[in-house]
Amino acid sequence: MELLIRGGKIIDPSQKLDEKKDLLIEDGKIKAIEKPGKIPVSSVRKIIEAKGFWVLPGLIDIHVHLREPGFEYKETLETGSRAAIAGGFTSIACMANTFPVNDSASITAFIREKAKASALCRVFPIGAVSKGLKGEELAEIGGMVEEGARAISDDGMTVMNSYLMRKAMEYSKAFGIAVISHAEDSNLVGLGMMNEGPLSTELGLRGNPAAAEEILVARDIALCRLTRSPIHIAHLSTKVALDHVIRAKEAGLPVTAEVTPHHLTLTDQSLRDYSTHYKMAPPLRSEKDVEALHEGLARGYIDMIATDHAPHSINDKALEFDQAANGITGLQTAVSVTLALVHNKTISSKRWVESMTLSPAKFLGIPHGTLKKGTVADITLLDPNEIWVYKEDQVLSKSKNSPFIGRKFRGRIKATLLGGKIVFGEV
Amino acid sequence: MNLKHLLSAKDLSKVEIETLLLIARQFKPVVEKGEMATLLQGQTVVNLFFENSTRTRTSFEIAIRKLSGSVLNFSTSTSSVQKGESLIDTAKNIEAMRPHCLVVRHPSAGSPGFLARTVNLPVINAGDGFHEHPTQGLLDAYTIQEKLGKIAGKRVVIVGDIAHSRVARSNIYVLNKLGASVAVCGPPTLLPPEPKSLGVDFSYRIEPLLKDADVVMALRIQLERQNKMQIPSLSEYSRFWGINLERAKLLKKEAIILHPGPINRGVEIHSEVADGPRSVILDQVTNGILIKMAVLASICNPKGLKQWNC
Repeated sequence: MELLIRGGKIIDPSQKLDEKKDLLIEDGKIKAIEKPGKIPVSSVRKIIEAKGFWVLPGLIDIHVHLREPGFEYKETLETGSRAAIAGGFTSIACMANTFPVNDSASITAFIREKAKASALCRVFPIGAVSKGLKGEELAEIGGMVEEGARAISDDGMTVMNSYLMRKAMEYSKAFGIAVISHAEDSNLVGLGMMNEGPLSTELGLRGNPAAAEEILVARDIALCRLTRSPIHIAHLSTKVALDHVIRAKEAGLPVTAEVTPHHLTLTDQSLRDYSTHYKMAPPLRSEKDVEALHEGLARGYIDMIATDHAPHSINDKALEFDQAANGITGLQTAVSVTLALVHNKTISSKRWVESMTLSPAKFLGIPHGTLKKGTVADITLLDPNEIWVYKEDQVLSKSKNSPFIGRKFRGRIKATLLGGKIVFGEV
Repeated sequence: MNLKHLLSAKDLSKVEIETLLLIARQFKPVVEKGEMATLLQGQTVVNLFFENSTRTRTSFEIAIRKLSGSVLNFSTSTSSVQKGESLIDTAKNIEAMRPHCLVVRHPSAGSPGFLARTVNLPVINAGDGFHEHPTQGLLDAYTIQEKLGKIAGKRVVIVGDIAHSRVARSNIYVLNKLGASVAVCGPPTLLPPEPKSLGVDFSYRIEPLLKDADVVMALRIQLERQNKMQIPSLSEYSRFWGINLERAKLLKKEAIILHPGPINRGVEIHSEVADGPRSVILDQVTNGILIKMAVLASICNPKGLKQWNC
């Protein structure tokens, strides 16, 4: 049972590949990558014509909220993963802020089993740092890792107690996983709901200063230096926080960082109309911060792009600004939104692919994010030039809280293959 | 002037502001003689108040009645809204009762604009969170113009909790457009992070600003929004920023003192000043009705206004 993808350009940073090649899949695994026309088509069951397409390792997103169990009205493992494959993702890691919170082995096992039964892509649970995300006591980290958790995080909440954070980082060492930090000083944030600056003053919305993030990033790096345990900074959004990460990396500390498509492409100016589709934590920042994030991603100081896909129903969003929920969906649009940075030469195509394949695979410790011979054939096909408009009726997530609905993009996912099977696209 | 809504003073042009002040002046004899105008005859205006404000609500109510409109008061606290009905649903229900205009007071910044986009009715912002209170900015400008003859070139000092004041924002926009120079003053914890971005200069201490001031506007120190981490105590606030007789003596002879009310005697303004000759606080209240009449008539019956020669 063979499948041939021919005529496309293969970009796979794990093998330093960036050229036109054909790719052969057999029994769900990658069998060969050869110069165009080299692979005989006689025994091939199906040929995918990929002329003009990029052929990439299946994309990986380490930061999504799938809301199951507990908030199935916003999203489920099934609907979230459906959005994921449409966005080119074959592996996603889901945060622990479900109800009940994923803070014990049994909840992790539930998510794993439910995903096995209903999800359309690979789902890797992320466990909580603290029981109930309360920031008071350690969650059952070892038990969760045994059931498949690939990292721990209280994402959505900040672990404000530095002692607990230290102990979580130390304890995790025994299980070979990293702690992911949602770095915002919650006392300094207070009731802040947008980036603090001239516009927050003008709009009369309480400001959330960049310093709130910078303080916690600096603290987490200090704890990393103390414990030598890996720390991952989620959704980095400010220039100064990035500077902290750069210095830590240069000092050889095990610090990694991610950035979201929205923090890379939008600024706080989007909030002028009080649209809650631009309300998230951390908030959209200034132009200067966005420029620094571009540079940080281009140079590899920011390791990954992660969506922070945060579905919320219209009832959670169509409210007064200060009462609306934080977050936006991202799985279906991440590729098209961030590809603009490749088109305008802000980042190289290699860095871009790496940030959504090799780097997140390494972080999660999973054997994906590569097209090496013998690996499972998780593959994403992308037409980098197709012009399209993201319309509301194309939304596959259960929630429609995306500021990108109605946006025109250049670059569109054409197909997604999971273990050699076409799970999305008509090719 | 084609005014569909009044959501913010920032959106008003200089001409629109001047026109509204002019219209307000036409209504002055009507109100002073206790007469009525008929510009809102047959129209129903809903006062939709999600925050307690007897003063603003009453003032709108009188303005509506003076124009022969009928008024319906819908007051609710956001807590009761949280019990069940969303803002959109409340507004759509009221829209379905077919009124002609909504006057909205809401604790969340941006809510009047949100409603203006949601329902097919003119919306007048009667104060939204820390964002704006456009009719207050207009009535203060009217008062200054009435007392000092003009606004251009005048120096206005606003003292108080600028960071959390919608009154300050609306005043700054209106007064700047009319050519005044505005300074804000207060403890650094109550000033916005970059005051200059609002188009004003600032001082942490009040004394240096008083000598050149033509107008001093003291803002209410709002106890309900107060927090011990922002100012140590009301008496300390009063000691350094309260407008007392001693500070009033530093002013030019013709300078006036405003306050949007309700006043906290002995905190941001002392009784001998509030009740003294410079105080125009009660004129502000009367003028508030004229301004609201001007806004309501401009939005609800622009054709009718033409016959008033405005």
